[in-house]
Amino acid sequence: MLRRFLTLIVFLGIAGVAQAQDLQPVLQTHAAEIANPSRSSVSVALEDLAASGAPQVSDFLEQWEDKGVWQRTSDGMFFFATEEGNDLRLRDIDTGAETLAPKSGFSQLKPNGGVRRLIGTALVQFQLADPDLARRASAVDSIARRPDESQLEPLLASVDGEPDAALKARKIQLANFLSASFAPDPNDKIDAINSLSKDTSIEARAVLNQILSVKTGVSADAPTGNVARLLKVGRDLSQEAAYAQLVEAKLAPPLVPSGSIRDALAANVVGGKVGDIPTAQLDNQPMREAAYAVLAGDGLVPPLVTQAEQIAAVEAHTFFEVYDEDNAAFTDAARAALDSIETRVGAAQTVDLTLDALSLASIYFLAAIGLAITFGVMGVINMAHGEFIMMGAYTGYVVQQFVPDYTVSIIIALPLAFAVTFAAGVAMERLVIRHLYHRPLETLLATFGISVALQQLAKNIFGTQARPLTSPGWLDGAWVFSDVIQISYIRIAIFVLALLFLGLILFVLKRTRLGLEVRAVTQNPGMAASMGINPDRINMLTFGLGSGIAGIAGVAIGLYAKVTSEMGADYIVQSFMTVVVGGVGNVWGTLAGASLIGFLQKGIEWFNPSNTLAAQTYMVLFIILFIQFRPKGIVAQKGRAAAD
Amino acid sequence: MHKTFISQNPSVLWFIGLLGLFTLAVVVGSEATGTGLISTSMVKTLGKTLCLCLIAIAMDVVWGYCGILSLGHFAFFGIGGYAIGMWLMYARTEIIVLGSLEGQVIKPTPQEISDAIGNQIFGVVGSSEFPWLWAFADSLFLQLLMVVLVPGLLALVFGWLAFRSRVTGVYLSILTQAMTLALSLWLFQNDSGLRGNNGLSGLQNIPGYEDTSQAVISLVFFLGSALALACGYILFAWVVSGKMGSVVQGIRDNEARVRFLGYRVEGYKLFIFTLTAVISGIAGALYYPQAGIINPAELAPIASIYLAVWVAIGGRGRLYGAVIGAAFVSLLSSWFTGGGAPAINLGFYTILWTDWWLVLLGVSFVCVTLFFPKGIGGLFDYLVRKPS
Amino acid sequence: MNYLNKFAVCATAALLGSTSMAMAQDCADPVKVGVLHSLSGTMAISETTLKDTMLMLIDAQNKKGGVLGCQIEAVVVDPASDWPLFAEKGRELLTVNEVDVIFGSWTSVSRKSVLPVLEELNGLMFYPVQYEGEESSKNVFYTGAAPNQQAIPAVDYYLEELGVEKFALLGTDYVYPRTTNNILQSYLMSKGIAEEDIFVNYTPFGHSDWATIVGDVVALGEDGKQVGVISTINGDANIGFYKELAAANVSADDIPVVAFSVGEEELSGLDTSNLVGHLAAWNYFMSADTPENAEFIATWKEFIGDDARVTNDPMEAHYIGFNMWVNAVTAAGTTDVDAVRSAMYGQTFPNLTGGMAEMLPNHHLTKPVLIGEITAEGQFDIISQTEPVPGDAWTDFLPESAVLTSDWKDLECGMYNTETKTCVQLTSNY
Repeated sequence: MLRRFLTLIVFLGIAGVAQAQDLQPVLQTHAAEIANPSRSSVSVALEDLAASGAPQVSDFLEQWEDKGVWQRTSDGMFFFATEEGNDLRLRDIDTGAETLAPKSGFSQLKPNGGVRRLIGTALVQFQLADPDLARRASAVDSIARRPDESQLEPLLASVDGEPDAALKARKIQLANFLSASFAPDPNDKIDAINSLSKDTSIEARAVLNQILSVKTGVSADAPTGNVARLLKVGRDLSQEAAYAQLVEAKLAPPLVPSGSIRDALAANVVGGKVGDIPTAQLDNQPMREAAYAVLAGDGLVPPLVTQAEQIAAVEAHTFFEVYDEDNAAFTDAARAALDSIETRVGAAQTVDLTLDALSLASIYFLAAIGLAITFGVMGVINMAHGEFIMMGAYTGYVVQQFVPDYTVSIIIALPLAFAVTFAAGVAMERLVIRHLYHRPLETLLATFGISVALQQLAKNIFGTQARPLTSPGWLDGAWVFSDVIQISYIRIAIFVLALLFLGLILFVLKRTRLGLEVRAVTQNPGMAASMGINPDRINMLTFGLGSGIAGIAGVAIGLYAKVTSEMGADYIVQSFMTVVVGGVGNVWGTLAGASLIGFLQKGIEWFNPSNTLAAQTYMVLFIILFIQFRPKGIVAQKGRAAAD
Repeated sequence: MHKTFISQNPSVLWFIGLLGLFTLAVVVGSEATGTGLISTSMVKTLGKTLCLCLIAIAMDVVWGYCGILSLGHFAFFGIGGYAIGMWLMYARTEIIVLGSLEGQVIKPTPQEISDAIGNQIFGVVGSSEFPWLWAFADSLFLQLLMVVLVPGLLALVFGWLAFRSRVTGVYLSILTQAMTLALSLWLFQNDSGLRGNNGLSGLQNIPGYEDTSQAVISLVFFLGSALALACGYILFAWVVSGKMGSVVQGIRDNEARVRFLGYRVEGYKLFIFTLTAVISGIAGALYYPQAGIINPAELAPIASIYLAVWVAIGGRGRLYGAVIGAAFVSLLSSWFTGGGAPAINLGFYTILWTDWWLVLLGVSFVCVTLFFPKGIGGLFDYLVRKPS
Repeated sequence: MNYLNKFAVCATAALLGSTSMAMAQDCADPVKVGVLHSLSGTMAISETTLKDTMLMLIDAQNKKGGVLGCQIEAVVVDPASDWPLFAEKGRELLTVNEVDVIFGSWTSVSRKSVLPVLEELNGLMFYPVQYEGEESSKNVFYTGAAPNQQAIPAVDYYLEELGVEKFALLGTDYVYPRTTNNILQSYLMSKGIAEEDIFVNYTPFGHSDWATIVGDVVALGEDGKQVGVISTINGDANIGFYKELAAANVSADDIPVVAFSVGEEELSGLDTSNLVGHLAAWNYFMSADTPENAEFIATWKEFIGDDARVTNDPMEAHYIGFNMWVNAVTAAGTTDVDAVRSAMYGQTFPNLTGGMAEMLPNHHLTKPVLIGEITAEGQFDIISQTEPVPGDAWTDFLPESAVLTSDWKDLECGMYNTETKTCVQLTSNY
């Protein structure tokens, strides 16, 4: 159809040059459809528009697609218009004359997504060879969205003249897809199909899958047509499904559902009895079937189909799948190409899953790394750790309120978040935790009190609504390796951040004076003090460091998910489990714990993709069992330090 | 023996006496007896508070006496509630279904009845099949047994594994918290067969007593809760007072030393852990018919932490302390969040207690931990010491 | 026609106003309206707005002289997102405060919690949020959308206008998405969509790790069918979901996403520039271009004292519900629940989006269904608006419910089996 009016265009296009034609009258003949278009009926109007040959058509279609066309309520005339406050700057579609008018007398045309796609397709012919790169790209996108036989020729024709290398490659790829589906010469078609066997993109698979689309069939004799495969009852489809298929093909009588048995019995009660059985006895299935059999014997109702009859009926037939494409050469080539793609896709999916798991692990690690210091090294249970993460995220939000440039604001927010939570951590250590070093269980409860208070405080200040924390533009989007393997930049950034912190903390603990003193105080505070180390100062600094890192983690987590007063609570239990599973007192342990949890969670999700909640449940269960059998975690501390 | 038990625990007499007086006052004041001084919703609140006191005592025994800071006892409480809730829902729905099928010419088959009940109960969560969990839901006796058995068995297995591996201190706390988390996550799933996030509702309607007013039902449950609390108090007072009590407190103070003295520490801990879990289950079974609904949010880890908070504020290591803490904090909390507390106008800012109550609770909790480790119950020490 | 309608409404209102003036002196006990919305806890995020809406509506009504000559007194309680508390506070409202009507609840579970209490004490509640249906209580008026007023029209839009052939139903794991997706699944299958072309996924509340799920959805396109996402994801989880969609560069032209739980309020926590063109289906959008809506928005902004605050669908539901209740009370001449209930049937009130809402005997409204596209400003551009659709308590697309109907006026039963011609039960199923 499209091709037909393409030729029409060429023909009329020449005529159009001869006499400039007005578009408005054509629009008015389809005014209702254009003002209120529907995907199923707009094609007529589009064809007529294109057929009018007016040079304004492509301009009009573009404006229409972008919601730039308005209709005057009084006389139904269409205008290009842009909003200026309460006014509209109108541009006449044919003359281009500009006027200003109040908005109230006009209504904006808002074609829906489906119509926009059709407009895009109609625009292809105008845009494919347009000097503007963006227009050509949009035409190519339109073809990709709605591949159509008629587009193959013009697309092929435009390939050679394409100056942009990337777009040219894309055009060639698309032409390949179209050839695989629509090439008139069978050899071209098979060549195109074969050439897809290395392309793991979703589009390539879509092309092949459409060639390989099947429908199921059933027959008493050998199957006919381009048979894809024979189905074995019990393996490929169940006995019930097979029988249902027979019923649908009218090759077997339908089953009588138990509801209809009851209805049939109720309809045939004679003198309190059905088929000589009193109704009082019909409260179980065997008696009902017996009574029904009597009715069936009298020919009052269709007979029941017994289990044996069902099996016999199914056995007497062959069930199979047959390709919609009749030519076996095409389907064979497509099958071979698809099989080769699937192996690659399988490998790519594994890589993608690994990336996802790594990313999740790095988020868990980032959330838990502060705890690895406060809990792991110092042995302080800080239930308010999650709230430090939240404070960091809110710091980021507040900074963005004052610094509108997202890149600058993030650069300010990261150290500021560290400073804020460092101060909060030091304050908490001085005021509360210091007094409770010998009562770990009480530390847990006191910090929980702080956590409750901080959470509510955040609610009172920032409200319960989630607050936006927007990442800078260069972190938008994803690193795309192929259609299967991709990961968003923000996740990569978090991964890098996690690595940085791992390095930083290892460095601080192992290579600096502070780290040495921290380890000394942790192992034996009394001895450390007698060596001239001030344990109070060290405890304070260590706790501040752990809290400060939680603050930075908060900014990162806020960037990728959300900023709410409850975000900390989402991570606290998870973080403790990460540290405990990994092994207390060791940063490597936390890394191991986070990796284990991240990979495990993704692994379980992969087995049951429809229920993420189940994956989380099983993961927690696994952690419980793991700790029961390995209470010291993956990287167990040895020697004296291990004693509680 | 009886005499020594009482003389060892003078608080038991005091407690039972006060509880009796309190119960009498509520009975006289309730709407069921006609005076109507105390509204039915208040009776329900008080009844629920008694159940919370019961689980607080259990928590006190396991934490204050045995030194295990369990953050999982609210899970047992919830399991008890679910167990009784299943029967309540099933039995109530069965009556409705049988009533609606009664007029039919052909009597329904057992399968049809079961399908109709399933559809009524699970229709709202988009399913209609009975999960295996509901196998005994038609029997009150079996479900009552579940109230005791399921928390008991879970605690037994969990405790055995944990204590055997010598998981102690904060690790055990985190582990019990993980258990609660796992349970609530599991219950949140629709597929687990307990109606997911919606939970079991309409539990205040007792099957067979449709015509009895809630005023009477709430009073009966109040009395039941009071009785359970009294029995629980006596039971725990007995447990922590004898030789067993000494061993248990010894474990709290220095587990290794008790072990070296030849006691089987794990056995004692397991016994206390399991016993308190069972009592928690019973408390839950009494609580939720008064609350009317149980759902996974009730079992969230935070609930168990609040339980510890009550006990700490009330005073650990004394049973009446737990009762005071639970009653005081939960009633105060509902007074504040219910808008009962007057707002304070500071001129530039008005303090609304619905917004600030949690901040107050959190801060006061920190203060209690820091400055009054004995909690409110510690005040009694001054009273008792005065004469000497 | 429209003008005539409006004129008629104004005339009636004036008439009613004058009668209430006449009765001003015999106001024995004040009219009390209970507001049962969470002001703290997880749901405070959505419900506080509705509490404020109610206060605004009551305030406006009092300025007009109240109802039955009495000033209306609002009794606000806070059930704190704690579901059992809804039952407790509901009982308090009805027995201690003795309110005449309750406006409240958001989540289904909170409604199920308070339902038995309402039915026991014969209270009256207006529930303003879109919900999963499959329920009909004599004591509740459902002013939000039933599935056939939101989900089904949105799917029709997908099928007819966008030509979607493969569906991803993503939801938070709780009753509304579960039931809605169940209904949609059987509806889609009745429309000839194969079972394997429907991908269903449930995630926990507040879920943030969306990369894998978004990847799975994109991969659905591998057999060349047009993929569309129907999202019943609730609350905060949407933020992570939309951020991941934007990061994966999923354009609305390739894979459209229609959401049933994302409104103007939710979008304010997001940068929407990457989400332009994705969809939402509601009965109301703030961008609706009517004089009533303009006035409503202006009143709201003035009442709340914040020019940036948005309006949303449940607010309109309360607006219609409250005004209908006032009219029904005036018509009945009393606040007695049974009298008001009878007077409610057939009540009409203008929607903020144009046209008239009518209260049906099944306690649902007739409402138009709107489909909007997200704009860069965090608003919705309305691209489709249906004729008013009557709400249906029991869906026609599940076999067990198809035989049920609700009619509290003539049949006096909310769960009437049309096959056996019996009333299954008079209370609702909790």
